[in-house]
Amino acid sequence: MMDFPTILQILDSAVRLMTPLLLACLAGLYSERAGVFDIGLEGKMLMAAFTAASVAYATNSAWLGLCAGILGALAMSMIHGLAAITFRGNQLISGVAINFLASGLTVLLGQKIFGLAGRTPSLQGPARFGEITLPFVDALRPVPIIGPIYAELISGHSILVYVAFAMVPLTWWVLYRTRFGLRLRAVGENPASVDTAGVSVARMRFAAVAICGVLCGIAGAYLATGISAGFVKEMTAGRGFIALAALIFAKWRPWSALGATFLFGLLEALANRFPNLDLGIVTVPSMFMSALPYILTVVILAGFVGRAVPPRAGGEPYVKER
Amino acid sequence: MAGQPGAANPSPAIELQGISKAFGPVQANKDINLVVPKGTIHGIIGENGAGKSTLMSILYGFYRPDSGEILIGGQPIAITDSQTAIRAGIGMVFQHFKLVQNFTVLENIILGAEDGGLLRPSLSRARGELKRLANEYELQVDPDALIEDLSVGHQQRVEILKALYRQADILILDEPTGVLTPAEADHLFRILRGLRDEGKTIILITHKLREIMEITDNVSVMRRGEMVASVKTSDTSPAQLAELMVGRKVLLRVEKAPARPGAPVLEVRGLRMVDASGVERLRGIDLDIRAGEVLGIAGVAGNGQTQLLEILGGYPETGAKLEGQIKLKGQPLALAGSDARARRQAGIGHIPEDRQVEGLIMDFAAWENVAFGYHDAPEFQNGMLMNQSAIRADAAAKMQRFDVRPPNPELAAKNFSGGNQQKIVVAREVERNPDLLLIGQPTRGVDIGAIEFIHKRLIELRDAGKAVLLVSVELDEILALSDRIAVMFDGRIMGERLPHEATTADLGCLMAGVDPATTAPEDAIPPAAAHVGTLPGHTG
Repeated sequence: MMDFPTILQILDSAVRLMTPLLLACLAGLYSERAGVFDIGLEGKMLMAAFTAASVAYATNSAWLGLCAGILGALAMSMIHGLAAITFRGNQLISGVAINFLASGLTVLLGQKIFGLAGRTPSLQGPARFGEITLPFVDALRPVPIIGPIYAELISGHSILVYVAFAMVPLTWWVLYRTRFGLRLRAVGENPASVDTAGVSVARMRFAAVAICGVLCGIAGAYLATGISAGFVKEMTAGRGFIALAALIFAKWRPWSALGATFLFGLLEALANRFPNLDLGIVTVPSMFMSALPYILTVVILAGFVGRAVPPRAGGEPYVKER
Repeated sequence: MAGQPGAANPSPAIELQGISKAFGPVQANKDINLVVPKGTIHGIIGENGAGKSTLMSILYGFYRPDSGEILIGGQPIAITDSQTAIRAGIGMVFQHFKLVQNFTVLENIILGAEDGGLLRPSLSRARGELKRLANEYELQVDPDALIEDLSVGHQQRVEILKALYRQADILILDEPTGVLTPAEADHLFRILRGLRDEGKTIILITHKLREIMEITDNVSVMRRGEMVASVKTSDTSPAQLAELMVGRKVLLRVEKAPARPGAPVLEVRGLRMVDASGVERLRGIDLDIRAGEVLGIAGVAGNGQTQLLEILGGYPETGAKLEGQIKLKGQPLALAGSDARARRQAGIGHIPEDRQVEGLIMDFAAWENVAFGYHDAPEFQNGMLMNQSAIRADAAAKMQRFDVRPPNPELAAKNFSGGNQQKIVVAREVERNPDLLLIGQPTRGVDIGAIEFIHKRLIELRDAGKAVLLVSVELDEILALSDRIAVMFDGRIMGERLPHEATTADLGCLMAGVDPATTAPEDAIPPAAAHVGTLPGHTG
C-alpha cells in the first residue's frame, strides 16, 4: 500500500507530465472543433521544442524561448492551414507531412547549428522555466492533508503548468460563451451555415489553426525548457498522438480533455515510479509499464471507449456550393 | 395589402437588368430581366438546370454576375457577398437548410448576427424577438430545442426566422415544399401569405405548378438560362406554364415502324417508396412494359422518376422503405436486399440519369468503363485475373460500333465530350442485349448528332423484341420514341396516352398534376400565348 507522500509525489509527477498533453489536446480541440483535423500536433510540438530550446540557449531567456517556440509551431500551423484551408488539400496528409518535416528539420538544423547530433546544448538558469513557489506554502505546510497537497502538488510547478490548467476554463468560456466560440463550433459542424450568415469560413478556420499553433508552441516550449533542459531528437515521443487520443476520449470537450490527459499523465507517472511493478504473483516488466499510455492510446483510437462523434464537417475542406 | 401585381411600381423590391452568368462554356443565366413589386409573392418556375438557383445565388451574393445590374428598392447595388445581401434586406431559405444540427434554435438564429463578443445578451434579445415573430407569423418553435430533434417543417421555420431576425424584407425560398408533408406545406403557405400581408416581398422558386397557381401573385418562367415569360398568375394556367417551362422545340424525327408488342416483360404493381427522411416519393406505381415496345415516362423532374429507376435498377436510396411487386418476365424480383448486379444478371440493363456520377467513373479509362457491371463475365476472366486484352478488344469493338469519338479505349472517361460519354454507357448496356433497358434522360447534355444516334439504337433494341423504359424530362424525346406515354406527377402515374393522340397541352396538364379528363376543356387548354407578356429582347 502506498503512503500519502508517495501518492502526492505520483500525482505531482502526473501533473507535470500531463501538461504538454493538456496543451496539445486543447490545441487540437480548437483546430478540430473548427473542422480542421490535425494529426500534426506532434510535429508542431517538436518544432516548438527545438526553436524554444535554441533561442533560450542563444538568449539565455526562457521567455524568449517560449516566444520562439510559439512562432515555430505557428509557422507549422500556417503550412497546415494553407494546405488544408486555402488549397483544400487532404488534412491527414498535410498533418503527416508536418510530422515528417518537423522530425527531419529539427535534427538537421540542430546538427548544423550546434553539432551535437541533433541535440541542443543543455539549458541552465534563466534559460529554463523554474519552479514557482506559491505564497503561504510555509505557513500552510503544517496543516494536515491540505498543507502537503498545497505545498507538494499545487505549488512548485513551472508557470507553464499553471497556464495549461488555466486554459481549460478559458477554452470552455471561449467556446460556449463568446461569439467567436459559437462561430468556431458552427464552422466545424456546418460551414455552409456560417458562410450563408456572411461570415468567412476560411478566416474562422485560420484563427482556430493559429490558436492551435500557439498552444502547441507552449507545449513544445514546456517540454524543452520546463520538463527537460534542452532539445533532444524526437523528444515529443508520440505525445502529439497521445493528445489526439485524449481529444477523442474527451469527445472534443475542454473539461473532459483535462480528465483524459490526467489519465495519461498518471499512467506515465506510475510507469516512472514503479518500473517493475510487483503484484506478488507476477512482476509486470518495466517495458509494459512504459508502454501503458501507448496501449491506452491504441485502445481509444480503436474506438473501444464509447462512441465519439467528431465535429461533423471535420476533415472536409469547405467548398462553396449550392 | 396584397400588392398590385404587374402594376407599374416606381420602386419595385427587386429589379434585375440583363443579368448574365456563365460557368465555363455553360451559360447558366442569359440576359435575365426581372421585376418583383413590393409586397407580392413572385414565383420563379423552370425545370432543373434552367438557371433558377444560379439567379438566386447571384441575388444572395454567392456568385457575381458576369454582367447586368441589380436594384433593390430602386437603388443599384453590388452584391459582393452574403453579408451585403443580408444588409440589403435579403433573406434566403435554401433547399438544403444551412443549420447547425447540434446547436439550439436560438444559437442558429444568432449565428453571424450576434450583437457583440459575448453570447448572453444576443441570446436573450433573440429569445424575445423570437416570441414576437412566432406570435405575429404562426412561426412557433421551441427556442431551446436542438435542430436535430426538430421535424423538417420546423427546421424550415427556423430558417425563415433566421431571415426575419436579420430584418429581411425580401425572402427567397428555394424549392421550399420539396421536403415537406402536404400539411406542412399548407402551413408554410399560410406563413408566406401572412408575411406578404405585412409588406414583405417573397420569391418562391419551384418546379411545382400547383404551388405557383395556389400562392403566387406573379410568375416568371425560366428555360435554359433565359427568362422566357413573366405573367400575372391569375392570367395563366398550369398547362400554359408547363408548355413555357418545357418549351416547344423542333420535333426530332425518329424513323420507326409501328411497335409489335409481345409478352409482358416488366410488371410493376403498387410500388411505394418512402425515403429516409420520411417523404413518400412513390405513391403506388402500376406499370406494364411488353417486349418490343418503348414506354416513355414524362414528367417534370423530381416527381419520383429517379426513385423509380433506382428501385428497378436495384439500388434504392439507403434507408428507404419499399413495398409493392416487380415481375420480370413473370418472375418476381426482390424489392429489398437486391443489388444492381443481381438486376443485370436477371436481364435488366440500366443507363442511369446522371452518367457522370452513376454511369461512369470519370478518371478510369474507356475500356474499363465499358466493362463495368459486366467485368465478371466469363469471357473477361483469365483465371483469377482480368483478361485485360479481351476487355480492351471488346471495348474497342463496341466503341467502333457506337461511333465513340475518339475511338480510343485508353482515354479516361472525363476526356470524352458529353455525347460520347453517353455513347460509352449506351454501348455497354445495349450491346449486352438486355430483356429490359432502363434509360434515364438519355440525351441530357448531349449534342444533336449523338441524340439521333442514341435514339436510333433504342428503336433498334425495341425492334429486336426488347422492352425499353424511357424516362425523360424532354417531352419531344418522349413523343418521338415512345409507343406509350405515362405521365408521372408527385409519385403517381397521372395518366397514360398514346403518342399520336397526345398533345403537348394535354401532357402538360398531366405533368402539372391536373387531369384534363376531369377538368373543363377551356380551363385546361391554354389560349395561344394570349396573356403571356414576353419580356423585351426575348423570343419566347
